[in-house]
Amino acid sequence: MEPVEKKYTVTVPEKKFTVTIPRNAVISALVIVGLYVVLSLLRQQGVITPYWGLIMDLALITTISATGLSLIYGFAGQFSLGHAAFYGIGAYVAAFITKTYGATTVNFALGLAAGALAAAVIGFLVGLPILRLRSDYLGIATLGFGVIVKVLLDNSDKLSKTLGGSMGMLGIPRLTTFAWVFWLAVAVLLIARNLVNSSHGRVCITVREDEIAADIMGIDTTRYKMLAFTLGCGMAGLGGGLYAHLYTFLHPSSFEFLKSFDVLLIVVLGGLGSLTGTVVAGIGVVFLQEALRGVLGQQFLEWRGVVYALALIVLMILRPQGLMGGWEFSIDRLLQRRPKGGSARGAA
Amino acid sequence: MALLECRNVSRHFGGLRALVDFDLTLEKGELVGLIGPNGAGKTTVFNVITGVFPPTHGDVVLEGRVLNAYKPYQITQMGIARTFQNIRLFKEMTVLENVMAVMHPRCGYGLLDAFLRTPRFVRQERAMQEEAEGLLERMNLADRRNEKAGSLPYGAQRRLEIARALATRPKLLLLDEPAAGMNPSEVGQLVELIRSVKQDFDLTVLLIEHQMGLVMNLCERLVVLDFGQIIATGTPAEIQRNPRVLEAYLGKAVGA
Amino acid sequence: MGQLLEQVVNGLQLGFVYALIAVGYTMVYGIIKLINFAHGDVIMVGAFVTFFGLVRGIPWPVAILAAMVACAVLGVIIERLAYRPLREKGAPRIAALITAIGVSLFLENFASLHIAFGPDHRQFPEVIPHIQWKLAGVTVTSIQVLIIVSTLLLVAILQLVVYRTKIGKAMRAVSLDMDAARLMGINVNQVIAFTFAVGSALAAAAGALLAAAYPQIWPYMGIMPGLKAFTAAVLGGIGSIPGALLGAVLMGQAEVLTAAYLTTDFKDAVAFALLILVLLVRPAGLLGKAGPEKV
Repeated sequence: MEPVEKKYTVTVPEKKFTVTIPRNAVISALVIVGLYVVLSLLRQQGVITPYWGLIMDLALITTISATGLSLIYGFAGQFSLGHAAFYGIGAYVAAFITKTYGATTVNFALGLAAGALAAAVIGFLVGLPILRLRSDYLGIATLGFGVIVKVLLDNSDKLSKTLGGSMGMLGIPRLTTFAWVFWLAVAVLLIARNLVNSSHGRVCITVREDEIAADIMGIDTTRYKMLAFTLGCGMAGLGGGLYAHLYTFLHPSSFEFLKSFDVLLIVVLGGLGSLTGTVVAGIGVVFLQEALRGVLGQQFLEWRGVVYALALIVLMILRPQGLMGGWEFSIDRLLQRRPKGGSARGAA
Repeated sequence: MALLECRNVSRHFGGLRALVDFDLTLEKGELVGLIGPNGAGKTTVFNVITGVFPPTHGDVVLEGRVLNAYKPYQITQMGIARTFQNIRLFKEMTVLENVMAVMHPRCGYGLLDAFLRTPRFVRQERAMQEEAEGLLERMNLADRRNEKAGSLPYGAQRRLEIARALATRPKLLLLDEPAAGMNPSEVGQLVELIRSVKQDFDLTVLLIEHQMGLVMNLCERLVVLDFGQIIATGTPAEIQRNPRVLEAYLGKAVGA
Repeated sequence: MGQLLEQVVNGLQLGFVYALIAVGYTMVYGIIKLINFAHGDVIMVGAFVTFFGLVRGIPWPVAILAAMVACAVLGVIIERLAYRPLREKGAPRIAALITAIGVSLFLENFASLHIAFGPDHRQFPEVIPHIQWKLAGVTVTSIQVLIIVSTLLLVAILQLVVYRTKIGKAMRAVSLDMDAARLMGINVNQVIAFTFAVGSALAAAAGALLAAAYPQIWPYMGIMPGLKAFTAAVLGGIGSIPGALLGAVLMGQAEVLTAAYLTTDFKDAVAFALLILVLLVRPAGLLGKAGPEKV
């Protein structure tokens, strides 16, 4: 009898692997560096005014935080309405460190790291019990967590005077620069993209698609929910730390649960399952807001909330897949080189 | 040692006794059919075996190991895979991604490799992709590899479910109504497919099906369930003549 | 002891207002499995409409009734414009939830516009004659009595409707199995609209009573009571009207007693910690039943 040919086994070649850096990666890197150089010059020369520079920084910071929620909700399908709380945790922890230990670059880096880590760790601890819940209940639970965090921030002066409590935290050193924001945004997006385009990322998406089926097909859904959630919260924390050292003033009301809806809008608008969409929406929303403020003036502030709300409603009814609908910008596809096998990872 | 044993398995949902004293032994390499009228508890058998619900009483034993306390994903990694009665594909993922996703437990690289795009990552991703594409070839889905699973025609979706189950490299394959909604010629193709896949992948197969043509043709042995209990076992020929089975499906004869 | 009883009565005042709100939440959730975020804001609209009525000298029972009717209409409009399209599309639950958030934000922000109610806090006029009685050594105010009596009355009427009328039976049918109900000839859209109308009317009453008891109104006044009432509904068992009542009474007690004996600062946090605890430990709530998912 002939031996059964196991058609499905593929042996991995044992040969030595030379590290080749793909051409596309080099091109991408050059484009990004070029972008940085151009923007820096424009800012330095005053072509981009300090005001718009601030807006640009805020846009990138918002994108960092939104990327976190994109991983959590857009890719892993976990409906978290507490994202602003983790942003706040990162902000307060980072600010506490630079205010207490001095405004040096090293302390700034440590502060950012600590803020991101604190947010990630708290995200982990909160996620352990809470991610078991199904989507609408998860939303409410994370919303509740957000309220609890705000209350704690309001009373933070009881823990340490530096934290300011309901009066807010003043006098945070202005250490955030365009360089910090730009390169951290690039790093965060790179991490997110590399996660999404990997086996680990695929598995996160299966959790979004059909958690029970994923479980039955051998995937440890809890672990990957936790991964996405922890990482996403950490990114929010990083964004918060950068924000604190940009605006130099923190107030608990900036991190209440209503602010979580702002980030949600960005992720939904950009399209679930699309990092490109999150970036476009994140930057777009911040700039659009400023542009409208310029045009409409004081009136705008009133109407901003109404427009936001209508945008959300119309979006869900007419185009729930958002702007990008799961489509991802891919430099490989752009340069027509060995197109990757389908990047259809959107969610309707 | 038998591959799978269900020893006196019962599963209750409150007052509803979905399974009562269910006994089953599957030797390696068998192809057994599980039949019975709707609501007899057949899918519950699958759910208990795959760990979706633990048995209320009794044990599920795989190669000597008691599975009761394990979670579904652990049981799958031990070698049991299944398809679903109501197709549960990852709709927004492509055909290829559906298959590659479930290969994750043996992807061969860690998070750090993924973040840093190490040579190991590149190598393993390629290997997984090749393996997945091989499976798709086998199931006649290769030309659809980049289509979203949700947009596939029904028959292709059923084949994809099987491909996905095979990607977990199971020892035991549970097929839940794989021929549902298929016309006779498709069923014929399916019979061939199941037979050849079983041989090539060295599988043991437990099959739930209503289409008697497929069942009689394919299965070496049948187990008949009604109201959660086994009412008959035997070869297809024996079962066809069994009065209790006929009664379960067709009801008591008038005047009997 | 007298102090404790006072607080208990205060807790009942709060709890019964929450009950009116919670009942609306639980009815809507029971029938279309949606957490209607906008419900809290209907409270606000109810309070404002009552306010505008009172300011014009309309007697308060009429003003409250007018608010209830207005909000019933509002509820139906919201359902028709924002939720029904998604239901008909078969959109995932999350889409409806996000839309509900959108509607909530819209109501809040629109109300804040100067052409609408404006963002400022306003003082609710005192139209309920302020009488106090001493009952078993505890002071009970006329407002408290009004709240408790109105709530009990409204909920009793609701129970009657749900269990003794045809439309009530239809509501129960739809909440058990929408498709089957439709196949049985029930006009599901109408039933859902009716549910929203009733729930919103109750929310309006709650808003008016809330404003009478804590006489400041402003566009964002409904958020917290709404969320807490939702917590109450979950605590009691979402989908169950008696559950909503029980949960609300407990929530009212928890909040007031925390504020009185621990600290006012943390009372909101306590309410939500309670919510998270309930969701984790007993998601079906005190009077609810859990249902396993079909595989």
